Amino acid sequence: MVSATVLKSSFLPKKSEWGATRQAAAAKPATVSMVVRASAYADELVKTANTIASPGRGILAMDESNATCGKRLASIGLENTEANRQAYRTLLVTAPGLGQYISGAILFEETLYQSTVDGRKIVDVLVEQGIVPGIKVDKGLVPLAGSNNESWCQGLDGLASREAAYYQQGARFAKWRTVVSIPNGPSELAVKEAAWGLARYAAISQDNGLVPIVEPEILLDGEHGIERTFEVAQKVWAETFYAMAENNVMFEGILLKPSMVTPGAEAKDRATPEQVAEYTLKLLHRRIPPSVPGIMFLSGGQSEVEATQNLNAMNQGPNPWHVSFSYARALQNTCLKTWGGVPENVKAAQDALLLRAKANSLAQLGKYTSDGEAAEAKEGMFVKNYSY
Amino acid sequence: MATVKLSSPATGLLAGGRTRRSAPARRATVIRAAAGSYADELVSTAKSVASPGRGILAIDESNATCGKRLSSIGLDNTEANRQAYRQLLLTTAGLGEYISGAILFEETLYQSTTDGKKFVDCLKDQNIMPGIKVDKGLVPLPGSNNESWCQGLDGLASRCAEYYKQGARFAKWRTVVSIPCGPSALAVKEAAWGLARYAAIAQDNGLVPIVEPEILLDGDHGIDRTLEVAEKVWSEVFFYLAQNNVLFEGILLKPSMVTPGAEHKEKASPETIAKYTLTMLRRRVPPAVPGIMFLSGGQSEVEATLNLNAMNQSPNPWHVSFSYARALQNSVLKTWQGRPENMEAAQKALLVRAKANSLAQLGRYTGEGESDDAKKGMFQKGYTY
Repeated sequence: MVSATVLKSSFLPKKSEWGATRQAAAAKPATVSMVVRASAYADELVKTANTIASPGRGILAMDESNATCGKRLASIGLENTEANRQAYRTLLVTAPGLGQYISGAILFEETLYQSTVDGRKIVDVLVEQGIVPGIKVDKGLVPLAGSNNESWCQGLDGLASREAAYYQQGARFAKWRTVVSIPNGPSELAVKEAAWGLARYAAISQDNGLVPIVEPEILLDGEHGIERTFEVAQKVWAETFYAMAENNVMFEGILLKPSMVTPGAEAKDRATPEQVAEYTLKLLHRRIPPSVPGIMFLSGGQSEVEATQNLNAMNQGPNPWHVSFSYARALQNTCLKTWGGVPENVKAAQDALLLRAKANSLAQLGKYTSDGEAAEAKEGMFVKNYSY
Repeated sequence: MATVKLSSPATGLLAGGRTRRSAPARRATVIRAAAGSYADELVSTAKSVASPGRGILAIDESNATCGKRLSSIGLDNTEANRQAYRQLLLTTAGLGEYISGAILFEETLYQSTTDGKKFVDCLKDQNIMPGIKVDKGLVPLPGSNNESWCQGLDGLASRCAEYYKQGARFAKWRTVVSIPCGPSALAVKEAAWGLARYAAIAQDNGLVPIVEPEILLDGDHGIDRTLEVAEKVWSEVFFYLAQNNVLFEGILLKPSMVTPGAEHKEKASPETIAKYTLTMLRRRVPPAVPGIMFLSGGQSEVEATLNLNAMNQSPNPWHVSFSYARALQNSVLKTWQGRPENMEAAQKALLVRAKANSLAQLGRYTGEGESDDAKKGMFQKGYTY
């Protein structure tokens, strides 16, 4: 890497080192037009990212680990078996016409290799629906030594070969979720580690044909006001883009998955969708270069309706990037409850999913109205110290 | 500023902004932008400079450099001659239609016309923002590969405060990066850090900072190499601007366009330059920045206009315009020749170039009627400003 070479030789450089630097510089980029040291997949990455970031569409996040999926199933009285997980994921991906509102679906590894209950590969079902299959590739959060009880996200070891295999199986984008905690600081260390991990993951993903979704979630936990969230978010995204640039990540082939800028869950003042939109858009305008095709917000414990209203408020005027959703709970909650594990309820559950998907599709276009929303859809889903 | 103790595990708690405290939860809810009390004015100044169809006339040549301009037309480097030349430029009727800002050298900021009207007032009457060069020039950077760094932070705050009182509303600081010399990581970091510190201080004193890391044209490198270096430079610049809590809505950029080096065997067309430059901007410049005012850096007057025009063939998330010195002044100077009877013709020549670049900002420039002189390149190897 040229910049790394230059870094090493910058201290009292010798003439011969400079020759080597300039040779290294000349050797690679001259034959790669426009994209410096891009992966062989550059064009495909850009195309995939733009497909996912298409107007009126967003991502269905269904990549709950087996343990977390178990919690979902338990909440409707079902055991955490592979069969039940398969039944639930089948219900989601076979919802008719889902691809009108959903452009990508993030899967857990098990699901990437699963078939529906009637034997069709889940990835094939998705592709037929016009939905790009994605895959969670991180290996979860663990305590960060030397920090203030903060976490870091594992997963770089063997990531390249994992992703190559996922690509062969049909995945075309990846997701890696790290977290930042405002009540714990956040410390400079935790922020830098989060940013660096994301940047390394992003570079490896692109090298293996997967569009990386870059997700540093600033947790909702805390009693801080919206201005504090804004401050932390500015810091986190400055670090993240800097680290990605250092890693030569191609910005035209990534997607972001930020948390919206809101007050903490325990703050005394709530914020309206307009306020959330104002702060969040200001953050994006200050930190996100226009080459990034799509910004797919996480819902992070907001109610289904809140998540939709906030997204809608952000799309009341044109933006330089596609501003959309990548929701898990905010798309699945009512659907799950409607299903209850009962086969006769599958259609009703799928209708519930489509209802939320359509609402968020309208929100992406800035055309959502909350008439006719059920009370349940308005219930918040914040869980203190929620672990994914 | 509180310092961080390295021994405690809670080291480096990001309390946000300049001080580090141990109880971030009880912090005041103020976003610590460097702009402080001038925030609104900075935003409106930046917007005014970045207004459609307009750009910046850079006439901040140091006395020494201005001397070179004058001697090229046979004039001595006296204050009277410098005043006469700047007067010619700044009293051009109708200039404000195409020019939104003028960067001055310190001497000029305090000068008046021969009838005693302050230059800053001439500008304000034309709705042209007065700007001021605030750096103290380039000097060798120890530990680098014969590279330079830009001085000027010492006493900058009080200088800026004084300039604001005198009527300046934006500032400019030009540092350089050399591709043939590396550039070294050191030179790039120093350039970026210096710019970020200057920007914060300028905003704190009411001046919109123009952020100018010029990647020099010198060299035989191809356009891909320029793109690579530009991406690195701007990544560092924005990272440090963020660390210094600079208000992005109240800055302007003055980049060099992404072109091959001056001694590279192939020249690039305006379309290629536009494509590479816009790619770089889209990868590095957040939309909060209101205006990007390109330097001409040795391109001919027509080249500089054609390239700008090519960049404005479709809408951009920021105002993409010009901040030209030589590319606006060259024909003017030659037409004037120091003779009062040529003043009108010289001012006309200025308007011709200003208008051409105004059209280029709107993406509507056609090269018809351009003189041969306007097409001559002005690159000088090892050029010192």
